[in-house]
Amino acid sequence: MSARRAGLAVVLMVALLAGRAEATEAAHVIPSHAWIRVLPGDLPAGAYVVLENQGNQPATLRAASSPAYAEAMLHRSSTENGVSRMAMVDDLAIPAHGKVELSPGGYHLMLMKARTAVRPGDKVRLQLRFDDGSTLEVDFLARPANATGDTP
Amino acid sequence: MTLRRAGRLVLGLACLLAPLLLAGCNRDDAIPWQLTNVTGHMPDLDFHLVDDQGKQVTGQDYHGKVVLLYFGYTHCPDVCPLTLAHLHVVMQRLGPLADGARILFVSVDPARDTPEVMHAYVNAFDPRAVGLTGSPREIEALSKRYRSAFTREPDDANGQYEVSHSSAIYIFDRNGNARLLSTPDRSLDDLVHDLHLLLSLGNPA
Ligand SMILES: [Cu+2]
Repeated sequence: MSARRAGLAVVLMVALLAGRAEATEAAHVIPSHAWIRVLPGDLPAGAYVVLENQGNQPATLRAASSPAYAEAMLHRSSTENGVSRMAMVDDLAIPAHGKVELSPGGYHLMLMKARTAVRPGDKVRLQLRFDDGSTLEVDFLARPANATGDTP
Repeated sequence: MTLRRAGRLVLGLACLLAPLLLAGCNRDDAIPWQLTNVTGHMPDLDFHLVDDQGKQVTGQDYHGKVVLLYFGYTHCPDVCPLTLAHLHVVMQRLGPLADGARILFVSVDPARDTPEVMHAYVNAFDPRAVGLTGSPREIEALSKRYRSAFTREPDDANGQYEVSHSSAIYIFDRNGNARLLSTPDRSLDDLVHDLHLLLSLGNPA
């Protein structure tokens, strides 16, 4: 680590300790259109959201969790050569002044083992965790299995 | 629907009806399908599986219906629900004609997809959807019949697993003949257009 870098780190830590929330990645990310596709029984559900980064630095989504589900994982679906597959991804970068969409058929959060049954119309809180450890609380609207198009 | 589309639809209907009236009009060349025409290039509908009521069924049981065949599994939270939700929209747009069609959702994960699980799952999407499961051998045979494949991916730490599967929708006419192939890049308009034509063919003799 260079002296300059170390200096920067100290400044950053001081800023964090001073409660300068606006310095975090999460503070610059504006969520919208957050929803969950609810499937019957205890089947895993997909969660979707648009994340807009209004900051001057990229923000990187690392993980998610929710009191309503035992597990939440960042996933990506893809279709290549006529085969659909789904894989775990480590992170998802949102460029400075850019946005990413977690949407059906692409990036999504996979929610598993609901602690109590989630029904269409419910609001489910998820916590999104970013690279710097900062977190963002987002309310997701539970929608029926056959929901299409935008969240109402 | 654009004017050009509407025009094509009328032309298509005319060509479908023409053989009945004039015994002319070469069907397969004249029908303006939007999806990939696989007529004569894929085997007819044939399988021995178990439906979501737990009943043994064969391909024959769906003769008289236009069939949309799709492979997937219920633990698939993203792509399978997206496809089935799209098919539900297509069925809704077809109106009363949709009663002449069935969505056959065939599980590529029979270990977890019991008829009960399948029943709740397909009915969450559309009343005209049927869930089919069965022995791994029968499912593999059906998948191979349409040159599609599926692969169980390695288990994660919790013993959960994903299954990679074909993304195509295979469409059969009321006689169980393979007619069309749809892929995820095709629009819902294309599906509605072609199913409208296929359903307008009337009942088998
Ligand atoms: Cu997933």
